[in-house]
Amino acid sequence: MTLSLFFIQLLNGLQLGVLLFMLSAGLTLVFGIMNFVNLAHGCLYMMGAYFAATVYAATDSFVAAGVAAVVGGGVMAALVEWVVARPLYTRDHLDHVLATFGLILFFNELARWVWGASPSYMNVPPALSGTLDILGVMYPIYRFAIISAGLIAALGCYLLIAKTRVGMLIRAGSLNPTMVAALGVNIRLLNALVFSLGGALAGLAGLMSSPILSVQPGMGEPILILVMIVIVIGGIGSVQGAFYAALMVGVIDTAGRAFLPLLLREFIDRSSAQAAGPAIASMLTCIFMATVLALRPQGLFPVKNA
Amino acid sequence: MKYRLSFAITVVVLLALAVLPVYARWVEEPFLLTFLTRALVLALAALSLNIVLGFGGLVSFGHALYLGLGAYSVGILASHGVDNGALQLLIIVVLCALVGLTTGWVSLRTSGIGFIMITLAFAQMFFYLFVSLKQYGGDDGLSISLRSQLLGLDMGAPLTLYYTAFACVLAVVVWTQHMVHAPFGMVLQAIRMNERRMNALGFHTLRYKLSAYVLSCVIAGVAGFLYANLTGYTSPAYLKWPLSGELIVMVVLGGMGTVLGPLVGALALLVCEEVLKGMTEHWPIILGPFIVLVVLLARRGLYGLALDWDARQAARRASRGASA
Repeated sequence: MTLSLFFIQLLNGLQLGVLLFMLSAGLTLVFGIMNFVNLAHGCLYMMGAYFAATVYAATDSFVAAGVAAVVGGGVMAALVEWVVARPLYTRDHLDHVLATFGLILFFNELARWVWGASPSYMNVPPALSGTLDILGVMYPIYRFAIISAGLIAALGCYLLIAKTRVGMLIRAGSLNPTMVAALGVNIRLLNALVFSLGGALAGLAGLMSSPILSVQPGMGEPILILVMIVIVIGGIGSVQGAFYAALMVGVIDTAGRAFLPLLLREFIDRSSAQAAGPAIASMLTCIFMATVLALRPQGLFPVKNA
Repeated sequence: MKYRLSFAITVVVLLALAVLPVYARWVEEPFLLTFLTRALVLALAALSLNIVLGFGGLVSFGHALYLGLGAYSVGILASHGVDNGALQLLIIVVLCALVGLTTGWVSLRTSGIGFIMITLAFAQMFFYLFVSLKQYGGDDGLSISLRSQLLGLDMGAPLTLYYTAFACVLAVVVWTQHMVHAPFGMVLQAIRMNERRMNALGFHTLRYKLSAYVLSCVIAGVAGFLYANLTGYTSPAYLKWPLSGELIVMVVLGGMGTVLGPLVGALALLVCEEVLKGMTEHWPIILGPFIVLVVLLARRGLYGLALDWDARQAARRASRGASA
């Protein structure tokens, strides 16, 4: 019983971890290459989830919903880059924070206006519903799908960044963007590409999480804070770091939520333990980040700067 | 007598703030008084943020934390029957200073994006802490039935509360005006411009930044004290990042690193919000792009623009004087 519970929580942690990775991969590149603080990344995730839920409700096709979420996320990101981010690349971080804070207000209210304040739900596609029996533990197939999608996204990112010419430019850009531009690379196009790649990944995360979470205005912000924590722990600009940090944060957060109430029950009464557990678990990730920053301000896996 | 726009704005704003509550009382508009008090309290928090953000160049994205700590101190003490304002303030000052000192010491090890993220994370941490405190309302917040009694003043009386907030704002404005030209303010601003050089000159820059940070936290805590007494309620939402963001918007909208900017910014933002709320229920859809526009176009802020205008006028007068 305890072992299987432990195993299930580990899988849940892995699932949260890959979702966090999909969100942080693009964002950490935007931080690293453009040196741009994008707080509105959570909104792209929210819009992706809304696109997926709407298209799925209309067509009943999970593939169509996926295309809508990924393409929608990418296009929104390109728009945000073009209108807001591009004029601000040369400004300081404060301006980035402010402008993207304005964007958060805008997108959340837009979602409330178009889709209403009450949460929408998306059903698990029939092909992926049901449970799978592994080692005597029943686990929903859809959650395996999330984990696989995340791992495939991670593999895709690795191949793109390590094996292609564009990836080489991205790596070069995260080390020294000025030099890349001086070598005649169209850095504007590269920036727009990285931005919309991040948006497409955020849209994918929105698609995958909309059948298991409620789709509602403001859903992007709680997860954005986790994503920020992941990025800072992993080292700004490092996709590899984001991957490891996302898995760590996912497992710590899930394990804290699952086991802290059990642990607390030993000391305080049951109902307050139930209430305090998740909150303290959320604090755990923040404490983890504070510890990492205090010991290694560059993060655990910083981009090696020559 | 040379005419100066920034001076005129200062006089008009301060006079209006001194007189308006009496007017509100006279025409029996309690809403106006509540609104103005709220503006002053948030202006106080924005003024405190301006010390680190405007003069120190440190983008703290978790300043609502200290506002919330102040508000919760009042709420928790009041729920145990302690309504002694002086005692509450003493506890708030000590608490905010301690929390500011520890979180500031860790946060200031980083800079740039790291600092923004870590201050945000600390604020979220305390947000979750208060959500988990079920005996003090948890998620729903805590209503305060007992208002603070500060040295014989009843903080439950709207006019008393208003003028207390006004006095605090005035005190901080006057102090900031003084600090800007004092050695401490000079060093702080120099660190913002070139920290490495200040280090090389032998200044212990971390000590200056940390002092400014702790001071700013304490003032924000006092704003929280007033805020709790104004709303008669405290909730985890007071510590949440949208309020931190709003405080930054106030500072930048008014004019970052100017003495009176945050006050002007707070008034402008809140009036703007009220006007938009009257127009449409979906007011953030207009406010969001408005903030983006302010960032893109008017970086100096409202009060900063007035200062620029004065500088241009002065330059024109000087050149005319030279040619004559």
